[in-house]
Amino acid sequence: MEDLERHLLDDFQRDFPLTPTPFADMAQRLGVDEAKVLETLRVLKAEGKITRVGAVVRPGAVGASTLAAMAVPEARLVEVAEMVSTYPEVNHNYQREHELNLWFVITTPSQERLQAVLTDIRDRCRCPLISLPMERSYRLDLGFGLAWT
Amino acid sequence: MTEDETATPPGARLAADPRLPADLRLIEALADGLPLTSHPYAELGRSLGLSEAEVLERLRRLLAEGVISRLGVIVRHHELGYRANAMVVWDVPDELVAGIGQRMAAFSFVTLCYQRRRSPPLWPYNLFCMIHGRERPTVLTQVETLTHSCGLLDVPRQILFSRRRFKQRGAWYGAGSVATVAECA
Repeated sequence: MEDLERHLLDDFQRDFPLTPTPFADMAQRLGVDEAKVLETLRVLKAEGKITRVGAVVRPGAVGASTLAAMAVPEARLVEVAEMVSTYPEVNHNYQREHELNLWFVITTPSQERLQAVLTDIRDRCRCPLISLPMERSYRLDLGFGLAWT
Repeated sequence: MTEDETATPPGARLAADPRLPADLRLIEALADGLPLTSHPYAELGRSLGLSEAEVLERLRRLLAEGVISRLGVIVRHHELGYRANAMVVWDVPDELVAGIGQRMAAFSFVTLCYQRRRSPPLWPYNLFCMIHGRERPTVLTQVETLTHSCGLLDVPRQILFSRRRFKQRGAWYGAGSVATVAECA
């Protein structure tokens, strides 16, 4: 991987410049021009290595959210997972190695809406479902240190 | 670097905050991704009826208040070679969970660490941490390190590696756009 890509992935996960021209400022720090920074970020995004340049919101700071899990029979897993993914309120949805094999995060503007989505998913999937709201965070998402090999 | 002793229960602090609607729209618009253009904050502001200076001022405040925990490049672990993604859970006595959680969070290989409500009988576990690694054996060794260092040898534990990702994107608050909540599965 190019040096520039590494720096863009590593150095700007937090403390992104809050200036009128952040990409030009990043470029100056890295010794390249702004167009190169923008082009490289577009490539990283197209390759799926970054989802976006954006904000991570602290859980509970805005709206309501929970981590839910369901025990889905293997034969129905893809079908149920795709149905769960269709909800705009579901933002992460993973299969995990456990009897509770489908794990997803639901985020809504209100607690009422959160409960309604949970009930709706439970009714439609007809699988055991648990909801595990966060009570306290000990480590927030402050970026991810990449170890290059 | 990341013990967060000021964490508040979900929804407790900002629900009654009268500033929320404008901030919420900004968070949503932003978390959809900054436009990759020369003046991204000005462009973001145009869609919200805010000046560039107002956008920057609000973002500084939201960061200072901890509503936004970070602003920057959001990477995808899997695509960068981190394919061993473990959610490790423990059933820790309630009176010990804060101390153990804070100790766990100090390990650099722990990406996220939090306490969640139990859901017995299916789910007795209350302490969660996420480890993203390149290789499964390395992650398993790290789990053993945590287990020993935090005195959890006799505590019920499960390790749930992820298999397939069906969806990963920002959260949605109903205003038509998305934001990323630091509550990754």
